[in-house]
Amino acid sequence: MFACIHAPDLPSLTEFAYGFSPVVEEIGKGTVVIDVEGCELLFGSPYQLATEVVERAETQVSVAIAANPDAAIHVATHLKGITFVSPGEELTCLGDFPIEHLDYSLVKVDAKAADQILETLRLWGIRTFADFAALPVSGVSERLGQAGIKLQQLAAGKTERHLQVKQPPPVFANSIELEHALSELEPLSFIFARLLHQLCAALNAYALATNELSVSLQLENKTTHERKLSLPHPMRDHKVFLKLLLLDTEMHPPAAAVTAVSIACEPVKPRVLQNGLFVPLAPAPDKLELTLARLAKLVGEQNVGSPELLDTHRPDAFSMKRFTLQTQRKTNRQSTIGNQQSLGFRRYRPPLKAIVEADQGCPTQISAWGKQRSVYGKVVALAGPWRTTGDWWRDDSWARDEWDVTLERQGHQTLYRIYRELNTEHWFVEGNYD
Amino acid sequence: MARMQRNVNLIMKAAFSKTEFEAGMVSRFGDAFRVHEKPVVETLSTGVSEIDASTGGLPRGAISEIFGPASSGRTSLMYSMLAHATRHEETCALVDTNDVFAPTDATAAGVDFDRLLWVRCAGNLEHAFKAADLLLHAGGFGLVILDLGDVAGKDARRIISSWWYRFRRTVEDRPTVLAVISEEACTRSCAALTLELNGAGEWSRSNLLRHNAIRVKRQRPISPWRAESHFRAAQI
Repeated sequence: MFACIHAPDLPSLTEFAYGFSPVVEEIGKGTVVIDVEGCELLFGSPYQLATEVVERAETQVSVAIAANPDAAIHVATHLKGITFVSPGEELTCLGDFPIEHLDYSLVKVDAKAADQILETLRLWGIRTFADFAALPVSGVSERLGQAGIKLQQLAAGKTERHLQVKQPPPVFANSIELEHALSELEPLSFIFARLLHQLCAALNAYALATNELSVSLQLENKTTHERKLSLPHPMRDHKVFLKLLLLDTEMHPPAAAVTAVSIACEPVKPRVLQNGLFVPLAPAPDKLELTLARLAKLVGEQNVGSPELLDTHRPDAFSMKRFTLQTQRKTNRQSTIGNQQSLGFRRYRPPLKAIVEADQGCPTQISAWGKQRSVYGKVVALAGPWRTTGDWWRDDSWARDEWDVTLERQGHQTLYRIYRELNTEHWFVEGNYD
Repeated sequence: MARMQRNVNLIMKAAFSKTEFEAGMVSRFGDAFRVHEKPVVETLSTGVSEIDASTGGLPRGAISEIFGPASSGRTSLMYSMLAHATRHEETCALVDTNDVFAPTDATAAGVDFDRLLWVRCAGNLEHAFKAADLLLHAGGFGLVILDLGDVAGKDARRIISSWWYRFRRTVEDRPTVLAVISEEACTRSCAALTLELNGAGEWSRSNLLRHNAIRVKRQRPISPWRAESHFRAAQI
């Protein structure tokens, strides 16, 4: 059995209907249909349920109960109060309704076709639902087609369909308030594990994944510690999330003890990847993410990634970007750029400040000492200078003369690149060729 | 003729007896007496044809050590290895102990940075070893380079052997090449291939540093039939 509640003045009719049944279909503004099958233990007979609806609504409401949802809708929208339509007796109740009240949208007949059919019926002298239902089915089919048949079944209250249940939008967020504040990571990890497990189960149920986790920790000092974990690929493995979250919390610990935890994620479609037979092996994305997080914890986030050259001639100009797995093949043209053998260079960071003896501007003896290395010796061969300048319009401009020199020490020759800053006249050892 | 036939029969009989004996032992004692054939060593090219011809390439699932003094061509060889591996779509990792990797020069050598993970350890040897361990355990990398080129010889010699045994055990079941670049040999018996480099810069008539000519001495062969060749020279 189905109950249709028609209450145009009730502001939150859908929530009101969920109070009686979990199976609710919204029909336009102010009308819902609920499935009352199995509600007898809670509300008694369907008529008692209808009475309960009217009592709780506290406003003008029409309720119709029928075996057919479409019949219940027609009755509730056009008859006030409570109406009970016995199964098989739909036409008795609907029969006197004027044909203009036929709600063709219930059987998915478009407005233009429905208007034409209703106009035809009017010309035939059909005025009520009962007149339309009494027409022979074969004749209606011949003259009005399938749309006519659907409308006739609707008028007779004989349509059969399931309710189009309105699903509440899924929420991928979980939170928990703690009775006692937690200041250590280990007990907090159990809270994270529980929330992440629920979150991943929800993602799994909707066949979704996520590439961003938002974690919000309410702290004892009334502040909020918020972190965002961005993943290069969508995932939904709660174990991986937990490890990443623990590593991130270790790297960025909250300032005070935690009193509440909430985790939310942005659902996206999972990554679908077709591996080729001849594609070289690459790290698994989840393992790679864990490894990158562990490396970042070990040496610092800024020291892990892929180098990216900057668009400048400034020496040693590069930035670090996040390392992501490359799955696409590069074209031959891209892959063969700069594939010639070249001289290796080991760059000292920072460059070693040097004391250089020069003869007519050419270095003859070099001596430089640093914490990790020292460079000294007599220059046995050299080339240069090459002057490079740039960014003269900025505060951090550079201007220098570079030399390639060979130093001999204990019978072994080593090649270095040294330079003299033109602004300060200081000498530096930039690195060695290797 | 009859004598030859008799010898053939004896050989056939001996061969049959040996096969029969081995089958009997295996059925009785399991795999304990089965002769395990050593699988063919897969290698990764260094990108320098002279070195590949001499060594057969860097063995996968093993440690390769490249050592030599400064300016002996270690970094040039490293760039060449990275360029070749990244060009062939291998995912590579470089553990840079002393933060000396020069991206500008590596680009000129053809290294594809999209397939290179660079870990800068700022001179911390312990961090470098832990980073290498994490990368090897992650799996999937075609080439992992541990650059100890600026670590002083006395410090390199103090590296405890258990690290090398651990690395050797970790990579042996993976298609990963672990290349260790150092000033002195430090991997002891754990390296499957050891290359000693010794080279010097060569200058052109116009007083320009043109290239670094390196001499390669292979100390530990990766397969017995390559043990004869000792010295080859390569120019980078």
